[in-house]
Amino acid sequence: MTTLAKALNGPHRRVREDVLHPLEGLSFWYLASAAFFSALVVGALFSWGCQIFWGIGVAGIRRPVFWGLYIVNFVFWIGISHAGTLISAILRLTDAGWRKPVTRAAEAITVFALMIGGMFPLIHLGRVWLFYWLIPYPNDRLLWPNFRSPLVWDMTAIFTYITGSVLYLYLPLIPDLAEMASRSQGWKSRVYRLLSIGWTGSDRQWHALERAMKLMAAMILAVAVSVHSVVSYDFSMSIAPMWHSTIFAPYFVAGAIFSGIAALILVMFALRKFLNLGRYLRPLHFHNLSKLLLLMCLVWLYFSASEHLTVWYGNEHIEMAVFNARVYGEYAPYFWLMVACNFLIPFILLGIRRLRTLGAIAVSAVAVLIGMWLERFLIVIPTLSYSALPAAWGPYEASWVELSITAGTFAAMALFYMIFVKIFPIIAIWEYDEDVSAS
Amino acid sequence: MSDQLVPVSEIQSADDNVPRWGMAIDLDRCTGCEACVVACHVENNIPIATEDDAAMGRSSHWIRIDRYYEGTFPDIKVKYRPVLCQQCDDAPCEPVCPVYATYQNAEGLNVQVYNRCVGTRYCANNCPYQVRVFNWFDPEWPEPLDLQLNPDVSIRPGGVMEKCTFCVQRIQRGKLDAQAEGRKVEDGDIQPACVQGCPAEAMAFGDLTDPESKVSQWAGVGRSTQLLGELGTKPKVFYLEKSD
Repeated sequence: MTTLAKALNGPHRRVREDVLHPLEGLSFWYLASAAFFSALVVGALFSWGCQIFWGIGVAGIRRPVFWGLYIVNFVFWIGISHAGTLISAILRLTDAGWRKPVTRAAEAITVFALMIGGMFPLIHLGRVWLFYWLIPYPNDRLLWPNFRSPLVWDMTAIFTYITGSVLYLYLPLIPDLAEMASRSQGWKSRVYRLLSIGWTGSDRQWHALERAMKLMAAMILAVAVSVHSVVSYDFSMSIAPMWHSTIFAPYFVAGAIFSGIAALILVMFALRKFLNLGRYLRPLHFHNLSKLLLLMCLVWLYFSASEHLTVWYGNEHIEMAVFNARVYGEYAPYFWLMVACNFLIPFILLGIRRLRTLGAIAVSAVAVLIGMWLERFLIVIPTLSYSALPAAWGPYEASWVELSITAGTFAAMALFYMIFVKIFPIIAIWEYDEDVSAS
Repeated sequence: MSDQLVPVSEIQSADDNVPRWGMAIDLDRCTGCEACVVACHVENNIPIATEDDAAMGRSSHWIRIDRYYEGTFPDIKVKYRPVLCQQCDDAPCEPVCPVYATYQNAEGLNVQVYNRCVGTRYCANNCPYQVRVFNWFDPEWPEPLDLQLNPDVSIRPGGVMEKCTFCVQRIQRGKLDAQAEGRKVEDGDIQPACVQGCPAEAMAFGDLTDPESKVSQWAGVGRSTQLLGELGTKPKVFYLEKSD
């Protein structure tokens, strides 16, 4: 240990020991699970390679279901990305004291979920090697992308969001990076020093950082809401039955926050268990987040009910074909499982105080993630399957390529997170110092 | 009372000398023989799907015959409806393409630029008629069909969307021939492959801005309807059917 660490005493030292301990050494189980997740990711990359080599036809998409699991996963992961920014930005702006051990874990989810989600529009392209044609870059033939297309809005929104969230994750990391630089030796120290962009901890720098974080928190909030609205426009700007709906933008934003909170709770359980952070991620944090989850569960029910009730009451035959397939027909098992996962399970487990134990919170979070994935599936597939002309109806069945890529992205999330916690402290040390100094 | 929401008399081009191509199909004459489908395949170099691919929904037809059954066996009536790109004036496929691979040209054709398409397939999702065809793989033809490709029509690679063009190569040929002979294009000079191949003469093609053309005459009768016209797509294909 360096002299700096020795000089610290009491609570300051304890925080460092607890939070920096997970960064040291690689256990057998860490390496084994990293190998397992890497294998899944390599499998997904192989499947994608096959798809590029032989043609997108190796996936199960077909007429009339031109968008399949890729778009389902895209919407799902962009939804998960709302965990970080939105929750951490709201908690930061309202200055909620309990946020401190939660924010960085949440912000990291955002960045990784966006990295994964942002890949899907590319994976799903028929000619992915030409994806840059969507970018407005100067070229000889003065060709521009079509700014009327929601896909161009989408790309712009996601680029903005990922840039913003990387900054938003990075800013509060800077003081910790400087500390890491002083605690490590050799090339590691130089890398941390470089990343800390000359942080010395002067008053001026603290003021600048505070202001930058406040500003980013406010901006990222607006960006986060707009991103999922724009994702919903991919659907609601079309004239496909049950996509062309005015409720989609707020419905998607609410769904995204809902699944984002569930993802955050799950990640916090994992951190608590595997990194021994029980002293920091206390039951209080889980209970507070579970109340937020319960609130979003009710909001989800409200939006879902509004969406389905208006279609059912309107009884318009083109839309009713999709509605019937969802609620009574071919997709009914998924629909009712979604209702159970998104409403019944979290509502009962979290709504009744006696049942709201840590285990119940974990179960609810898993249920919500399953339910929200199913919701995305039920939005994308039945509408395409039951398009306006009955003669053109057709089913969809995912192939091994789509399934392998889907599995690979979940593994990628775990892998990214495992790597992140080995390089950066997952809890902001300096925010704890502030607490300790204040008390 | 006609189901036609946009009367054919209201279809106009920006310029008086520019035609606006359209089609009328008399469903009461259609026998569902699929000669139009075959003619279209031959003319436009459309790949032929294997049996498995077709069963999976991967068949590529720029024109298809939709069958609707009325009544119960044995008292059953079949209705055939050839469905091709409706060349909508307000085409839902056009604004959603992020790279302008599909747009409306001056003659009202909803054209597809194969080389510009990156394969988002958004256009196909937003087409209520489901007439857009995607190349899931690079095209292949069983022997000896690979030796009879039409040199006037480009081969589309895998990953690209395609659809009925109203045989734009024939329209171009018709205009060039008329120009070479120093005359105007006359009604009937230009016939897409499906119209030419229809043994029941159930299809008419021509300029909708010319009130004397066969297609305008057909499209103007009381039996004339538009498919899903209530969606506001303003299709330029008119279906003639007796209402019962």
